[in-house]
Amino acid sequence: MEAEERSEPAGAEYVLHLYITGATPNSTRAVRNIKDICEQYLKGRYELLIIDMYQQPELAQREQLIGAPTLIKRSPGLVRRLVGDLSDRERVLKALGITPTLPTSGTSL
Amino acid sequence: MLETPITPASPQPPALPKLPKAPSGIDGLDEITEGGLPLGRPTLICGSPGCGKTLMGIEFLVRGIEHYNEPGVLMTFEESAAELAANVTSLGFDLPRLQAEKKLRVDQVHIDRSEIEETGEYDLEGLFIRLGHAIDSIGAKRVVLDTIEALFSGFPNQAVLRSEIRRLFHWLKDKGVTTVITAERGEGSLTRQGLEEYVSDCVILLDNRVIDQITTRRLRIVKYRGSTHGTNEYPYLITEEGISVLPVTSLQLNHDVSDKIVSSGIPALDDMFGRRGFYQGSSVLITGTAGTAKTTLAATFAAETCRNNQRCLFLAFEESPQQLVRNMQSVSIDLAPYVANGLLKIEATRPTLNGLERHLVSIHKIIRDFKPAAVVIDPISNLISVGNLSEVKSMLIRLIDFLKVNNITALFTSLISGRNIQQELTEEGVSSLVDTWISVRDLEGVGERNRGISILKSRGMSHSNKVREFLVTDRGLHLLDVVIGPAGIVTGAGRLTQQLQEQAQLVAAQQEQERKDRELERRRRVLEATIGNMRTEFESVEEELRQINNEELARQQAQAQGKAQLADPLPYQQNAGSRPSQA
Repeated sequence: MEAEERSEPAGAEYVLHLYITGATPNSTRAVRNIKDICEQYLKGRYELLIIDMYQQPELAQREQLIGAPTLIKRSPGLVRRLVGDLSDRERVLKALGITPTLPTSGTSL
Repeated sequence: MLETPITPASPQPPALPKLPKAPSGIDGLDEITEGGLPLGRPTLICGSPGCGKTLMGIEFLVRGIEHYNEPGVLMTFEESAAELAANVTSLGFDLPRLQAEKKLRVDQVHIDRSEIEETGEYDLEGLFIRLGHAIDSIGAKRVVLDTIEALFSGFPNQAVLRSEIRRLFHWLKDKGVTTVITAERGEGSLTRQGLEEYVSDCVILLDNRVIDQITTRRLRIVKYRGSTHGTNEYPYLITEEGISVLPVTSLQLNHDVSDKIVSSGIPALDDMFGRRGFYQGSSVLITGTAGTAKTTLAATFAAETCRNNQRCLFLAFEESPQQLVRNMQSVSIDLAPYVANGLLKIEATRPTLNGLERHLVSIHKIIRDFKPAAVVIDPISNLISVGNLSEVKSMLIRLIDFLKVNNITALFTSLISGRNIQQELTEEGVSSLVDTWISVRDLEGVGERNRGISILKSRGMSHSNKVREFLVTDRGLHLLDVVIGPAGIVTGAGRLTQQLQEQAQLVAAQQEQERKDRELERRRRVLEATIGNMRTEFESVEEELRQINNEELARQQAQAQGKAQLADPLPYQQNAGSRPSQA
């Protein structure tokens, strides 16, 4: 899953956009979860943008959003969409291409 | 007083509050749904692939924009906006223009299973926001979701999806937009994902059936909450002008009728009808076995209509226009000038070219464009090759109704198979639908075949009960006078024999008469001669008697004279002598 480094204007390795829908439970959970993950695994290497879809509804069409909340990983590598409150940490990490360095995950895969 | 439209009393009960409806603008659908789709509610259109679900949805939007000024949102889950636009361009739907005019918004929802990772709880609020934004940005009144089931391929969590779809439909209702949701037909259920349980207001089922290699599309309204609706399966077509559903032209049998009479083109045939022809706007059926001049009768009628400066549409399913014109020339029916001046339009197609519905639609279209006063279909029996009996019948019902409502006189010919002429039933079973039924048949006698024409029924007027023999001559059709022989009406050679016999009898009778006259004359002369003789005899006798009389008179005079002479010289003597007793 090692992808080539792209030079982002911000210089961050991970560019993550989280689209939420106001202060719904799912959204707040998602915000908390992604912040956790970023702090834990990507400290200093990420750029996280949290966007409220209600504020910018035209974005929903442009970004092909259906589910909410949705996290879009723009880089590195292929664009991936993560739908849900990001509580399935293992899947989130896998989808983001992060190999857990800490012995937090007990399960295989 | 010629044209007295008889309007029946309106069967409408006092108006009850009705479910508000949004007219779909789709040809015929609004008649079946009695006004359109439920206003502000979702309608489910389900059907197998190739039914035209998407097209129906798009037409609903486009017609809404064009006819009812209701902007619309098209949310497509399968095809891209560009693809859709290209697909419907041929129908005259200019989606890009409507989009540019802010009357239409197309939102393509792209779902790629491989791109989506479920990482916990979620909902489909994104979809709601997109839809809400699209609706609000143009003030849409109509929404089409094509095909929302695609979501099921993108999101594996069925529980979430189902509750979200349920929520979506509620939300759309709350927004007050009239929504059309398309869905794929499922096995054993209306839709593959059971969407019908969420959309409970109106469900329309489209069907695509191939029977005997001919495809027929059919539409049925499975349910329509809060409203009555047509319950049948209605054929529909995808024409170059969009979808066209063919209801039984709201068969209420309350069209106006005309009192006008149109001629059949054959005076003697007209005379067989109590009012010398057919009612205008009525339907006439000519049935007969092969070669009984059905087409000739039909062409005569067509020519007569054109001769009266009225337009006539001749739908020929057996002959090409050129062939028809040529063949009719052989019996002195010249159709060519009428074709040339546009009064007669001959449309020749093979019945198998199209399905019945296509025929019906094309006939409708021609009639609408051409506006004929009379329509001839020759023959309807050929349509059997395209559909089964009940379909043909229902098509003909619709056609007859359509013609009647438009006050167009219709003349159909129908071939009756079988040698049994008593079997006076048309295979299409339309005989009960028509107003006038003329039967032409072979009257097969000893060694020859003759054509007989009779009227089986004629609604609204009396008619002759005679079977009239008719001849197809090179000067047209001629009905012959009824010749009644000892055993009923005689035809053909029998008729000729009968006529010859009658002629001979007539001559004989005449001769007899003449003979009698001569005899009388002779007797008269004999008698006159006798009378002359007798008169002569009488004269001679009279002469003789007169002679005798005269002689007697002369004698008496002479005697008297003699006595006087005697008396003068001797009167006394004479006196004494004459009266001796006195002396």
